[in-house]
Amino acid sequence: MEKNKLQNIENWLDERFDLTPIKKLITHKKVPIHNHSVWYYMGGISLFLFIVQVLSGLLLLMYYIPGEDNAYESVQFIVTKVDFGWLVRNIHSWSANMMVFFVFLHMFSVFFTKAFKKPRELTWVSGFLLLLLALGFGFSGYLLPWNELAFFATKVGTDIVGVVPFIGDAIKVVLRGGDDVTGATLSRFFGIHVAILPALFSVFLVIHLIFVQKQGMSEPEHFEKLDESKKKYIPFFPNFVLQDALLWIIVLIILLSLTLFFPWELGLKADALASAPIGIKPEWYFMFMFETLKLLPANILFIEGEVFGILAFGLAGVIWLFIPFINFSKKKELNNKIIRWIGIFAILYIVIFTIKGYLI
Amino acid sequence: MGTNRRKFLNSLLGIGGIGALSAIIYPIMSYLVPPKIAEVKVNSLKVGPVSDFANINSKIVKFGRTPVILLKDNQGNFKALSATCTHLDCIVQFDNEQQQILCACHGGRYDLTGKNVSGPPPKPLKEFNVNIIDNEIRITSQEA
Amino acid sequence: MNINTKFICNIFAIVLVFTAITFANDNLQSAQNSKKYTDECIKCHSENDMMPEHFSENDIHLQNGLSCAGCHGGLSTSADEEIAMSKKNGFVGVPTKKEIPNFCGKCHSDISKMQVFQARISTDQVSQYYISKHGMQLKIGNKDVATCIDCHTSHSILPASDTRSTVYAANIPNTCNNCHGNSDLMNKYNLKSNQVEEYSKGVHGIALLEKHDNSAPACNDCHGNHGAAPPGVKSISHICGSCHVNNMNFFNNSNMAEPFAGLEIKACEQCHGNHLIAKPSDEMLNVKTSTTCTECHDKGEDGYIASEMFYEKLTQLSELYDSTKAMSEKIAIIGMNNIEIEYELKNVKQALIQSRTLVHTFDTSKVVGRTNEGVLASLNALKLADHEIEEHDNRRIGYGISTLILILLAGALYLKIKGLNT
Repeated sequence: MEKNKLQNIENWLDERFDLTPIKKLITHKKVPIHNHSVWYYMGGISLFLFIVQVLSGLLLLMYYIPGEDNAYESVQFIVTKVDFGWLVRNIHSWSANMMVFFVFLHMFSVFFTKAFKKPRELTWVSGFLLLLLALGFGFSGYLLPWNELAFFATKVGTDIVGVVPFIGDAIKVVLRGGDDVTGATLSRFFGIHVAILPALFSVFLVIHLIFVQKQGMSEPEHFEKLDESKKKYIPFFPNFVLQDALLWIIVLIILLSLTLFFPWELGLKADALASAPIGIKPEWYFMFMFETLKLLPANILFIEGEVFGILAFGLAGVIWLFIPFINFSKKKELNNKIIRWIGIFAILYIVIFTIKGYLI
Repeated sequence: MGTNRRKFLNSLLGIGGIGALSAIIYPIMSYLVPPKIAEVKVNSLKVGPVSDFANINSKIVKFGRTPVILLKDNQGNFKALSATCTHLDCIVQFDNEQQQILCACHGGRYDLTGKNVSGPPPKPLKEFNVNIIDNEIRITSQEA
Repeated sequence: MNINTKFICNIFAIVLVFTAITFANDNLQSAQNSKKYTDECIKCHSENDMMPEHFSENDIHLQNGLSCAGCHGGLSTSADEEIAMSKKNGFVGVPTKKEIPNFCGKCHSDISKMQVFQARISTDQVSQYYISKHGMQLKIGNKDVATCIDCHTSHSILPASDTRSTVYAANIPNTCNNCHGNSDLMNKYNLKSNQVEEYSKGVHGIALLEKHDNSAPACNDCHGNHGAAPPGVKSISHICGSCHVNNMNFFNNSNMAEPFAGLEIKACEQCHGNHLIAKPSDEMLNVKTSTTCTECHDKGEDGYIASEMFYEKLTQLSELYDSTKAMSEKIAIIGMNNIEIEYELKNVKQALIQSRTLVHTFDTSKVVGRTNEGVLASLNALKLADHEIEEHDNRRIGYGISTLILILLAGALYLKIKGLNT
């Protein structure tokens, strides 16, 4: 009985929208099984956390009021007065951090398994852009509660943007909506956070996912070389999907635990005239850059240290973005080696400087 | 695999799924119901119509967390001052006889502009803006 | 003239004007600098090392252009000693101790002279001085007493608002102590010499000298400054009451005012002391340990019973306030909302402060009424706190249930996957 009904619905849809490609995708897509299969799940977890972000963000929008006079009070209102408001706000903050973390994991796993190679160059590019957008989400969302720490972190952050030669100052003024971080900045960041970034993010996310589905799972080299008979696969549906779901549930439990036992503080309301509090720190995913800029000498070669640092990071970002298109050597072996060392260097650099930022 | 076992597993999945779904939907629904307490609007406060002050010349109102004393002078002009005494945080009152603001705790006195004139208060009372829009008195914070 | 030359001429003219202005400024400054040295008194006295002791260039008189001759007379423009310090030119020299008040009063009692510096300046210092103990003794030739210069110095006089001044609020106890701390001198007049020592241990002294609260009274705020005298018995509550207004009013209207006056008991001082005024505590009302009330009221008397009741009510409210405050802190620490609790706590604190002041009415119904209001507010705050704690626990229960469901689901899913893969 039930099967028939489902069949009927399927037929009805099929007549109006050709379902064969989707059916084909579902039935034919398979996931290779090998030592590094675990990394296949990182993208899925990032996607799950993004969905959590969208939902909790929409809920926050129901009560949040942007603006100097109301932002802090409305967040305070959400956290103290609204039923489960504390939960929603904490989930949004924690999930944001976890999402950035898993996006980084996803990126490095793709990097080391060299999954960005032909034909997946554009998947890599769109993925890296998604990472940048996620960082943009983090930076703009941090200011929205309008508390002291966020206020000064934004001040420092936008100041750094202002250092970029030629265009930096203009970008800074546009970002801030004036010369200083004020209520105008808050309005802009709100707009960026809830309209501009989501729109851009959705576009790239769709592109990214279409690519992933079209191309199927990437097979690492050692797996590709195996005999067809020795290659093990599991079907994407339902096996892989269910495993994904299992992981999502586990991530959700972790998220809930963090939310309950390590709630985010709201802190004090931002006061433009107050002196900067001791120990203003950017969010952890900006720490390595912040720390680098702090350590650079005043002058490198003929330019300012800070400018040098920002240009260096910009250059590194561009290289990273175009890494699928760069051939370091004609020899494949050597090329692979160079890429691996670049990746190891990047991870070590980020980890060491982040730890340094927190410990020293 | 036995059919019984599979059936059991499937129903477990079903129950778990419904449970998890309700564990997500219940908080969301409760969240969406606005709390009964009026929203804390700390940047401005509606006190009521001017006619409320026909027979009285002072009233203490709750402006977010801080008490504010609203005064009406003989010319019918309104003034709002923080009602927290700058000495030891008591709540002040209007002294009609002397046309002053009095803190009953230690007898601190302020004049009607909020300036501390006698007794222990070390600082004047902070002032709030008063606007009358459509015959309704509104108090706004000067900081905003 | 073409435009270019005209332009250059204009520039030249501007430069010329600016140079002229700069030079003029320089001249003005050097004129001001040299003015100090044209005063022949200072010139000659400093050359011969005959400047008065403790002479300071910051002296308010010197700063306002009043030099030596302004007080001592003479002709300050003459370098000739004979002419400069001749009686003909009004030279009066050093005044004797007895002459000092009127020596300063030449200007300070003359409103037309003083008005120049400050519109509403008072000029009654000298007349005030002569009604003080110091002034009266000086009149009959006593040379032990303080005159103007003993408090204000003679040649480094600074306004009372200047922190370096001997009469700056925080420096006054020290200044008075120069004489009043000298036991040999004070023994002559049967006076104690430990007032400043006691004062600095009291609540006022600690506030002024340790907490640097300049609104706390120094010696002169109770004893007067120029009209310095010990406060009379009748006026003591007026003196304390000039700051402690409510306490004075409550006391004066209480049924204790009359018996106190009749027995010539000093109102405030009797319980609180004079120089060593300890921070008042509820313990002062404890009939078991303190003698404040029991000094006069024996067990069974109304006063004794009232004291017992005040003590009980105040300690009850005070303990309740402390425990509510601790509760509020606990709420904040566990990450819950204590904003409303803090608001209610303010009311409790206010009730406590007011009840303590109301003790001076010696009226049990008033004190009990106010403390009860505080108790109610406190209970209300505790109720809010309970609600927050309940919410805090509910969150944990909710978390437990939902986690359990999720783990169950995860387990079932795991088994399902295992089944699929085999």
